[in-house]
Amino acid sequence: MSEAVQLRRRLLLLTPLGVAAAGGVAFLAMLRGMQSGNFDPRGVPSPLVGRRIPDFSLPAQPPDGVGFGSADLLAAGRPVLVNFFASWCVPCVLEAPVLMQLKEAGVPIWGVAYKDQPDAAAQFLRANGDPYARLARDEPGRVAIDFGVYGVPESYFVDRSGIVRWRWAGGLSADTVSQELQPLLRKYA
Amino acid sequence: MRTLLLLLLLAGPAWAVSSPSEMLPDRAQEQRAERIGEQLRCLVCQNQSIEDSEADLARDLRGIVRSRVVAGDSDRQVIAWMQARYGDFVRLDPPFRPLTWLLWSSPVLALAVGAGAVLAGRRRHAAPAPLSDAERARLADLL
Repeated sequence: MSEAVQLRRRLLLLTPLGVAAAGGVAFLAMLRGMQSGNFDPRGVPSPLVGRRIPDFSLPAQPPDGVGFGSADLLAAGRPVLVNFFASWCVPCVLEAPVLMQLKEAGVPIWGVAYKDQPDAAAQFLRANGDPYARLARDEPGRVAIDFGVYGVPESYFVDRSGIVRWRWAGGLSADTVSQELQPLLRKYA
Repeated sequence: MRTLLLLLLLAGPAWAVSSPSEMLPDRAQEQRAERIGEQLRCLVCQNQSIEDSEADLARDLRGIVRSRVVAGDSDRQVIAWMQARYGDFVRLDPPFRPLTWLLWSSPVLALAVGAGAVLAGRRRHAAPAPLSDAERARLADLL
């Protein structure tokens, strides 16, 4: 048998092995990505990131007596974390201590009570702590749709010029804050 | 017995939407809204369209689709409205763009790779090398 044929045979044998190995490596990478939350096939990427916040104006949610809108976010003069929450949402309870820590660190968090009754939301804040610098409510959930919210909790990091820089769907954890939010807070401070 | 029959007569068919009260009075508009809604993914139960889903958000989105249809938006405009808020993901039929070209062209690519392999295989088997003098001598020996 000539050397060329022998080489070809060896390559033919190695090809399926190579394909299987590449598949294995890709699968491992996917698993790792899923673990760190970077690759979620069910995640809905936000088209709002890099774009301006939608125009809106929302009524007050007690204990705050004013409510807020897009104009207030633009007038804030510093980046704000806009957080959609609800008293009927279990991950919101888990997220509450993380938000309280952020508040203590001086991060302004503006809360929107999503599809909630004012009394129920106020009771939720009494029970789990109130991390919000300002509060509004979106009972019909219509402004939330303009933001692209598809579940609570959901958080939007808005820079001082009103551009959404980051969106997190689901509860914020200490890890998410240190790995994703802190660098943004430094960058856009 | 008579009341039961009456009740059966009054019972309506099962609709795609969860409640007939959501439906538009205009039949043509309602059908258009349903066709649009069937192309939009429910973000909560993700393998259902908003027309099929019982989720709260899907109901809200159905309402928005209907109000935009009544307002005179084209199908394309309604879908663009949704896409601006929820991205390409909201479309059950993803658009062709740089990010999705691999997805759309994968059948063609697979066919091309297969055709290439077949052609390469054919070429290899096409012309076996002529026997060398030594091989010819050995063949004569064996025969």
